[in-house]
Amino acid sequence: MSRKPYIREMSKTNWFFSQPRYMRYMAREVTCIFILAYTILLIFALKNLADGPEAYAGFLQALNSPLGILFNLAALVGAVYHSTSWFNVTPQAMPIQRGEEFLPGNVIVGAHYGGWALISLIVLFLGV
Amino acid sequence: MEIIKTDVAIVGAGGAGLRAAIALAEADPKLRIALVSKVYPMRSHTCAAEGGAAGVIKSDDSLDLHFNDTVGGGDWLCDQDAVEYFINEAPKELIQLEHWGCPWSREPDGAVAVRPFGGMKIKRTWFAADKSGFHILHTLFQTSLKYPSIQRFDEYYATDLLVDDGRCQGFTALEIRSGEMRQFQAGAVIIAAGGAGRMFPFTTNGAVKTGDGMALAYRAGAPLKDMEFVQYHPTGLPNNGILLTEGCRGEGGILLNKDGRRYLQDYGMGPETPVGQPVLKTMELGPRDRLSQSFWHEQQKGNTVSTRWGDCVLLDMRHLGEKKINERLPLVRDLCISYLGMDPVKEPIPIRPVVHYCMGGIHTNVEAATPLPGLFAAGECACVSINGANRLGSNSLTELLVFGRRAALSAIAHLQSGQSAGNDAALAAQAQDSEKRIQALFDKSGGTESIAGLRQEMMDTMEAGAGIYRTGEGLAATCDKIAELRQRFAGIALHDKSRIFNTDLMQALELGSMLDCAEAAAVGGRDRQESRGAHQRLDFTARDDQKFLKHSLAHYHPKEPPRIEYLDVVITKSQPGVRDYSGAKK
Amino acid sequence: MSERQIQLEVLRYNPETDSAPRFQTYEVPCLNEWVVLDALNYVKDHLDPTVSYRWSCHMAVCGSCGMMVNGEPKLACKAFIHEYGDQIRVEPLANFPIERDLVTVVDDFIGKLASVKPYLIPKEDKPVSAGEYKQSPAELKTFKQYTLCINCMLCYAACPQYGLVPDFIGPAAISLAHRYNQDSRDGGREQRQEVIASHDGVWECSFVGACSEVCPKHVDPASALQQVKVASTIDWYKEHLMPWMKK
Repeated sequence: MSRKPYIREMSKTNWFFSQPRYMRYMAREVTCIFILAYTILLIFALKNLADGPEAYAGFLQALNSPLGILFNLAALVGAVYHSTSWFNVTPQAMPIQRGEEFLPGNVIVGAHYGGWALISLIVLFLGV
Repeated sequence: MEIIKTDVAIVGAGGAGLRAAIALAEADPKLRIALVSKVYPMRSHTCAAEGGAAGVIKSDDSLDLHFNDTVGGGDWLCDQDAVEYFINEAPKELIQLEHWGCPWSREPDGAVAVRPFGGMKIKRTWFAADKSGFHILHTLFQTSLKYPSIQRFDEYYATDLLVDDGRCQGFTALEIRSGEMRQFQAGAVIIAAGGAGRMFPFTTNGAVKTGDGMALAYRAGAPLKDMEFVQYHPTGLPNNGILLTEGCRGEGGILLNKDGRRYLQDYGMGPETPVGQPVLKTMELGPRDRLSQSFWHEQQKGNTVSTRWGDCVLLDMRHLGEKKINERLPLVRDLCISYLGMDPVKEPIPIRPVVHYCMGGIHTNVEAATPLPGLFAAGECACVSINGANRLGSNSLTELLVFGRRAALSAIAHLQSGQSAGNDAALAAQAQDSEKRIQALFDKSGGTESIAGLRQEMMDTMEAGAGIYRTGEGLAATCDKIAELRQRFAGIALHDKSRIFNTDLMQALELGSMLDCAEAAAVGGRDRQESRGAHQRLDFTARDDQKFLKHSLAHYHPKEPPRIEYLDVVITKSQPGVRDYSGAKK
Repeated sequence: MSERQIQLEVLRYNPETDSAPRFQTYEVPCLNEWVVLDALNYVKDHLDPTVSYRWSCHMAVCGSCGMMVNGEPKLACKAFIHEYGDQIRVEPLANFPIERDLVTVVDDFIGKLASVKPYLIPKEDKPVSAGEYKQSPAELKTFKQYTLCINCMLCYAACPQYGLVPDFIGPAAISLAHRYNQDSRDGGREQRQEVIASHDGVWECSFVGACSEVCPKHVDPASALQQVKVASTIDWYKEHLMPWMKK
């Protein structure tokens, strides 16, 4: 008799349900849709702005609808999850060595949160 | 049966086998090299060596000092021509490894760092944290991938040497995954298949260390030398024998008995040195044989600590501090925490001596040549002998490099000496015999003996009769028992009749190898009526240079115990003297 | 001595008699301090000598005994019984063909390892007589972590990308290439880039990060792969936006 290695195929369609860590990964990836959707929304806002004050006021009103608020909330949650899950893995992608030691991961992650807060503040001031 | 024609075939792909293969490939890219191993190279037991590799590199050191430490450490049973060659080549080999990328630990100025080791008068042990063997093995394995002429046969178990016309011309090997036998024809064969520590129940050795290479040569007529010398490493984890490197003590760890006393001072290794300031070649930096023997005495006196794993002493490293332990001994810390649930940063670790290394092995000369023309050996399976009656820690990793390369050079010289063409028919007939021997194991049913059962009996009798301290009576009983087990071995039958990756068959073959090695060790020990290095007799407590400044050579007999002959030790410049590890003069 | 009885479910596959793998359950008396490998050895020695698996060092350094323990890639010698319930299920490493029982076919990994040129390609050749290359402790530390890989292949078993795209060179092999790229003595990065920065190289990695989570030696292969991506991206920009920067 001879060898007959047995091959276990991985499911192409639902493999990510097999382990929590794969689901976490998929959540990180899928939440980018919200970022995309919000970006489209911003482009739409720009178009309305270009179309004149009335169009823009109508756009803002649409945003104030329950559906608009729901969308904004969902986009916020998705964007925050997406961003934080990426921030948390940045030390792996960009380790920084100072002398012999590597900067602790939380310093690198912290710097990202700091940058985020800073940019948010600037946007806030620009808005005021 | 498929025939694989090669120039040089190597059995074993650990440190020595890989080093030999690279040396062959570098010497002549046209050589056809077969590197045959029962495991993938990186699984070889070289990977478990922790502490480091000795070689003179620093300006305060000298070749003479390394020579003296090694010969004295070996209780003058070392062949001094071999030691001289070894210490000369050692630094070159370690630098060569550095050039191949080995991540040696460094001094602040970028030079290679060295650490103190037992029985060494000067710091000369190169180390890569406490994973030195692992890094050496992986550096060699990865470097070997550069050479297309090295053809690997991973997971092939060599079953018998092919000897015709008075010379070794190859071997048969079983491809484990298919169960098919192959005939390897070779102008020269190098055996580098490691030691046989698994013939004992409590050992640092991995499951692969079953003396297959030793038995392969032994059964083909090459004698085994000094097999009675088995090293106990003083610091093993008590529950499973995992090694805690001598580096623990090199970095300043101390050994305590149940009263907190540094008991080594009571066994000729005192006076006590300040804690955290280890003094070379004394106290905790004494040689392994003395330390393991001191444990035995403490146990007799009732000074050991009782644990649920038996009697222990304590290895205290707390004063080294977390930073140093993490930097120099990260694996040790991990092993203690994982396998014992104890953190050396916070508490002393219970340890006890554990079988670690075979000083004995296939008889070779300084050229790594066995008495059988065409057959060479290197590494733990060989006895060249630089280790004599007791190996100094960190000499073995260097040894496998130095003599792995040397075996390759000798094999090339042998090829160049011009051999007549082999007799294919004679080799084929031998290969058929080997295949039949394996087939018989498959064909037999209803065996009366179990492989695991016989193995357990072998280990038990080896521990009982051939441990740290031995007696003539105990050794004789062990000899009888092993002889009986060899007989009963004929009564085994395989439960597993599959050809594919049959580990039942592997274990049967390995047990056969171990029984052969164990018998050589027991008979050699019984006949050596003296105490020297790791061979300590309670009925002959003194070293006897008159009668036993000699190597023992065990010659195989298929049915009888081995015939023991003696061979003079090569002494060039160091006459036997007293091994002094007291700190008084230092 | 026995402190606990466990049920060890072992995936069995004998290619000579079985068309597909099946589970076989053994009742194993265990000590609480045992690892799964001890339980398997108990089965082999006392219950069923026909079970096949690889093992050697029993101290998590030889890399032989990788297998799935309750669905998670583990070294059997470092999977502690006390961390599991009374039922433990062992299977051969995922994403590899099964040769027999718990033994997998690892030719693919071995080939990939060799393909990334995992050896020092020195910047400048130096004879042994000239002594060692100098390397500061900081330079050593830059790549040290990536030298710790024991080739146990747990990362390949954890990586869904490798499961889906078998041509992916994979975590351990690319990490090893990165180890040499980061070595101050090495000058072979460009040669390795051909393999590791190719389509089947790092760009097949989607940073699931499972490799790093299961790595028993904390090599963090995911980190190595992301660093290779970053460096390769910088290479691309240099080449296309700043051609004058090219040497």
